[in-house]
Amino acid sequence: MSEKIGVYVCHCGTNIAGIVNVEEVSQWAGSRLKDRGVVIARDYKFMCSSLGQELIEKDIKELGLTRVVVAACSPHLHERTFRTACERAGLNPYLCELVSIREHVSWVHTDKIAATAKAEAVLSGGVERVIHNEPLEPLKVPIHPDSLVVGGGIAGIQAALELADGGNHVYLVEREPSIGGHMAQFDKTFPTLDCSACILTPRMVQVGNHPNITLLTWSEVTKVDGYVGNFEVSLKKKARYVNTELCTGCGICVEKCPKKVVDDIFEVGMAKRKVVYMPFPQAVPNFPVIDAPNCTFFQKGTCKACEKFCPTNAIDFNQKDEDITVKVGNIVLATGYDLFNPQRIPQYGYGRLENIYTSLEFERLCNASGPTGGNIVLKDGVTPPKTVGIVHCVGSRDQNYNGYCSAICCMQSIKFAHLVHERTGADIYNFYIDIRTPGKSYEEFYQRVLDEGTHFVRGKVAEVTDVARSPEEEGKLIIQVEDTLIGKQRRIPVDMVILSAGLEPRHDAKEIGKLFGIACSADGWYIERHPKLDPIATMTEGVYIAGCVQGPKDIPATVAQGAAAAARIQGKIQQGEITLEPIRASINEDQCSGCRICNDLCPFNAILFHEDLAVSEINAALCQGCGTCVAACPAGAISGTGFSNEQVLAQIEGLLLRNIEKIESNKVPV
Amino acid sequence: MNNNETFEPVIIGFTCNWCSYRAADTAGTARVKYAPNIRLIRLMCSGRLDPTFVLKALANGADAVLITGCHPGDCHYVEQNYKALRRFHLLKRVLTQMGIEPGRLKLVWASAAEGAILAAEFDKFINEVRALGPLNWPLQEQKTFSTPTLAEVAA
Repeated sequence: MSEKIGVYVCHCGTNIAGIVNVEEVSQWAGSRLKDRGVVIARDYKFMCSSLGQELIEKDIKELGLTRVVVAACSPHLHERTFRTACERAGLNPYLCELVSIREHVSWVHTDKIAATAKAEAVLSGGVERVIHNEPLEPLKVPIHPDSLVVGGGIAGIQAALELADGGNHVYLVEREPSIGGHMAQFDKTFPTLDCSACILTPRMVQVGNHPNITLLTWSEVTKVDGYVGNFEVSLKKKARYVNTELCTGCGICVEKCPKKVVDDIFEVGMAKRKVVYMPFPQAVPNFPVIDAPNCTFFQKGTCKACEKFCPTNAIDFNQKDEDITVKVGNIVLATGYDLFNPQRIPQYGYGRLENIYTSLEFERLCNASGPTGGNIVLKDGVTPPKTVGIVHCVGSRDQNYNGYCSAICCMQSIKFAHLVHERTGADIYNFYIDIRTPGKSYEEFYQRVLDEGTHFVRGKVAEVTDVARSPEEEGKLIIQVEDTLIGKQRRIPVDMVILSAGLEPRHDAKEIGKLFGIACSADGWYIERHPKLDPIATMTEGVYIAGCVQGPKDIPATVAQGAAAAARIQGKIQQGEITLEPIRASINEDQCSGCRICNDLCPFNAILFHEDLAVSEINAALCQGCGTCVAACPAGAISGTGFSNEQVLAQIEGLLLRNIEKIESNKVPV
Repeated sequence: MNNNETFEPVIIGFTCNWCSYRAADTAGTARVKYAPNIRLIRLMCSGRLDPTFVLKALANGADAVLITGCHPGDCHYVEQNYKALRRFHLLKRVLTQMGIEPGRLKLVWASAAEGAILAAEFDKFINEVRALGPLNWPLQEQKTFSTPTLAEVAA
C-alpha cells in the first residue's frame, strides 16, 4: 500500500522564491513524484505562518495524508513547528519531514536553473525518505527530585541554594575540605571592590545550614551510572580523621600541631599551614582535616598532639574513606578553573626570579588573612614596592599557549593597579594588548584607575629580566616591552611584577567529563548544548554546566549560570517526568549473533550484553541516538529509529533521481 | 551522455546534525556562495555513516561522496567521529580496490560555526571531482550471467 504524501514548498517571501522557482518545484513534485505517492503539492509564501500550517492540517484531515514533506528552511528552525501542526491534525509528528531548500539551496547558489533542479532533487530525497518514516512515540522517564551539584565554588553554591530554596533536596559535593572555591581566595572583587569573603561567606553559611542541602566536602565523585531522571552516583567521602559529630571547630588541634607544610591549594604556595588544618578561617563546614601524607603519626606513628589536646575527643585516626551511593535526577557540574602556569613562559622569569607573582598569589598577598596580613610587600616581607608592573594576557590571546581571551584579566589587572595605588602609592605600569571592560560599571572603573595615575602601556611584554644594562636598573626587575602607541622599545625597571595569568580548564577536566558523559572542546572547556541559546545544558540530558567550566567568565555571569542550571532542573522536577526524543537504536534479538562489536562503540554505555541469551540489548533511555552501533552491526540487527537504513538509502535514491533515470535509460537490456 | 556538455559532477554529502549540518546552515545564513553540485543528507552523527550508504550513492549516479562531521574531540556523542574516521580510511582502500579513484571519497571536519570554511571545502571538492571526470559504472559492458544447468554441472 503506498502512502499519501503531501508536499509543501515554501517561498519564504523572496528568500527561497527569489532564486528557486518554487511553483515549478511544486508542480514537478505533483506530477513527477505522483507515482511515488504524492497526492497533493502546494507552494505558499510562508509555510511556517498559521495559514501555512493550516494548509497542512486541512490536507491531512480532508485528503487523509499519511506523510508530509515541507521544503523550506532548516529543520533546526521549524521541524518542530510542522511536526506539531501534523500532530494537531491527527498525524503522528514523526511522519513529517522538513528539507532545507533555503540555507542549503537558495541562500548559497546564484544559478537559478541549477538551484531549482537541486531543490527538486532535495525534495525528491525527502519524499523517498518519508515513505520509510515510522510513527514514533517519545519516551517518558520519571524524574528523581534530588539533584547533585559537583563543585562548591560560587557557581555550585548558587545552583545548590536555588534548588534547595525551591524545596528540592540537593547533594553538594566538593573536593576540598571547605566550599568557597577560588572566590574565597580573592581579596576584593571588581568593580565594586566588595571584600570577596564578605559577600561569599553568608552564602556559604546558608549552604552549611540549609535543611535541603547535604554538604559533602572532602569528597569526590567516582562513578556515574544511569540516565536523566535516574542517575546513580558513587561518591568517595575521604577520611578527615575528625569525628564531625563531636568536633566543635574550636581549633585547638590546629594550634597544637607541631608540623607545618606549604599550603599549595588555598595559599597557592605563599604561606604555610599546619598538618591538621582548616583551609581558611571562614571554612564551611567548620571542621579541620588531617593531611595524612604529611602527618607525623601516619608516617612515623608518633605525635598525636591533636588527639591529646582535643577537648571533645573528636580526632579519630582510625577513620576510613567512606563509599556512598546517591540517587539523583539531575547533575550540575560547576568545578571551576585552574590558572595558567606562567613557568611555561620562561622569559617572564616566574619561578626563577623573586617578586614575580601570579594573579592568585597576589590576591593572597592583598588578603587580610593572607601571608602578609594584607600588606603589599616584597619577598623580604617588609619593604613595599616603589614600582609595580602588571602584565595582562599571560598565556591568553597567545597562539603559543591559549588562543582565547580569559575575560576577567583586564578587570583584575586594573583592580590590582587600584589596590597597589591605595596601599603603597607605588608607580604602577599595566601592560596590555586591549583593555576589555564589557560589564556593568567596568569602563568607569578603568577610568577611575586612569585618573589615579596608573600608566597603561599598550604592548605585549617581551621579557622580565634582572640583567641590568644601566645603573638605574640594578637590583630591579626590568620589563622589556614595545610601546606600540609610540613605536618604541622600552625598558621599565620595577620592584614587583604581577602576571595576570589566564584561566584554563581544570587539569583533570577531561577525565571528569568522561565520568559524566560530557565532552570538552578543543580548548578543554566543557561543550554546551548551544553556545548562544543554551550555554548551561550539555548534549547529555540531565547533566548541566555552570560557571567557568563552560569558559572564562566573571562572577555575575557565573552566578547567573548557576541560577539558570537550577531553574532548568526545577522545571524538569516540577513536570515529574521527562520526555526524550525517540531517536534511538534497538537490537533485534533474533538477528543478533552476540558478536559484541557494538558494546564497546557506545560512549554512553547504553549497550549491555546478556550472557545467558548471548545477545546485546540497548537501554533506550541511555541511548542518545548517534547511530554508530547501527552502522557497525555486521548482521544488520540494530535498527535506528528516525535515521534507519531504509530511510537514508531511500533518501540517497531520491536525491539522485535524475541520475538514476539517466543510468536506467543508458542501460542496454540483456 | 552528450560529450559536448561540460561535465558537472553530482556529489552526495553526509553531514552530522550537530556540527557540519549546522555549518552548512551557517554558510546559508551568511549567504556564502558555493557550486550547486553537492546535495546534503543529514545524519545524527558521522558515526552513523554506514559504508553501504557511500556505495549506494556511487552506484546510483553520484560521482563522489563527501563525509563531514564534528572535529575530533568535539563530537556531540563524545567520540563517534573517530569511528567514522576509521571507517572512512578502510572504505577508501576498499573503493580503490574496486577501481574507484580515492579522490572520489573525502572526509572533512567542520564545526557549527565554520560555515565559510565548509563552503570553501565544498567548492574545492567539487573542482577536484570535476577534474576526475564522471564515475562511469560499466553497465553496458556487463556480461550476462546465466545459471549453469544440472547437466553442465554434473558433467
